[in-house]
Amino acid sequence: MNWFRRLNKQPLWRDEFSIHTDDERYVSRRQFTKFLVLTSLGMFVGNVWILVRSWLDKAPVYPEETIADANDIPIGGARLFRYPTRNDPCILIRPDEQTYVAYSQKCTHLSCAVYYARDKNRLECPCHQGYFSVKTGEVLQGPPPRPLPRVVLERRGGNLVAVGMDTRTES
Amino acid sequence: MFGYEFYVDPSRCIGCQACVNACAECETHRGTPMIHVDYLDRANTIATVPFVCMHCDDPACAKVCPADAIKKTEDGVVQSSLKPRCIACSNCVLACPFGIPKMMTELEQMMKCDMCYDRTSAGKRPMCATVCPSQALAYVPREEMEKNRREKPVNVFHFGRQRVATKVFMMAPAQENEILIDVVDYIWEGKA
Repeated sequence: MNWFRRLNKQPLWRDEFSIHTDDERYVSRRQFTKFLVLTSLGMFVGNVWILVRSWLDKAPVYPEETIADANDIPIGGARLFRYPTRNDPCILIRPDEQTYVAYSQKCTHLSCAVYYARDKNRLECPCHQGYFSVKTGEVLQGPPPRPLPRVVLERRGGNLVAVGMDTRTES
Repeated sequence: MFGYEFYVDPSRCIGCQACVNACAECETHRGTPMIHVDYLDRANTIATVPFVCMHCDDPACAKVCPADAIKKTEDGVVQSSLKPRCIACSNCVLACPFGIPKMMTELEQMMKCDMCYDRTSAGKRPMCATVCPSQALAYVPREEMEKNRREKPVNVFHFGRQRVATKVFMMAPAQENEILIDVVDYIWEGKA
């Protein structure tokens, strides 16, 4: 099979539709089968690789990070922070004196930023009116399919320290 | 069969139609002969000519095919039309200088001699050459042909200014090197 165009003076169409069988560039059944087998093999290997990687990375490690001084936040107030990386916006809320909760700020529907609606005591996503419970992060109404990922907090002295994420993929 | 060539000698043809029937018996195209025995001038002579495909070096039939249905294989054999591709447009029928392709309208496909590709590619002789009693159709090595015949095998034809070289040889008078065909002379129908 001649894969490369011969340098001759024939017009292109004549070269591509050559009358000679040895210039044919049509794919034979055998070549097509080979292509299918190798492609499926590649897909299989890729899937195995993804599976192995997900096994190895089963428990992601979260850094410990001091978010705020507990007394800095007023009751019924909220503060934005980023955890675990600079690209993950989170929101810390103090609904009453002893309670501190923190959630990822990304709405589980289409990743709009949720905000704390103090008068209704819930997290609201302004894009499609998805509401989340402040207490648990569960969906109260609207299109979000899952609860908000919760930031696990620890209180160390006067500081609030984020120690992990509870992603809760199931609702 | 390396060195074997196809030779057509019209002067030996006795018009017995054995080649036509042998061709039609082939199981790849059963019932449809792809060789034609033509009468030259039936009113005045009983002379006949067997017409097999001459397998041109630069086949006009394949070059005019808009559907890419006629292919030339590496060994120089111009194949009959491919059934899935042939659109029965008759371009090849009009283009062939020898008048070889025939449109089978009931099959919607052109069929022509492919030198019994299933046989010759496997080292057998073409059907017509095996049955021809006078060896007007012969598939033999060139030395054998030169030893046994007075005529000279020629495979270059001139149709007016068009030069056509072929794989199949036509037996011509010994002094001829190329066969000149004055096309206009043949289509002249008036009185000289």
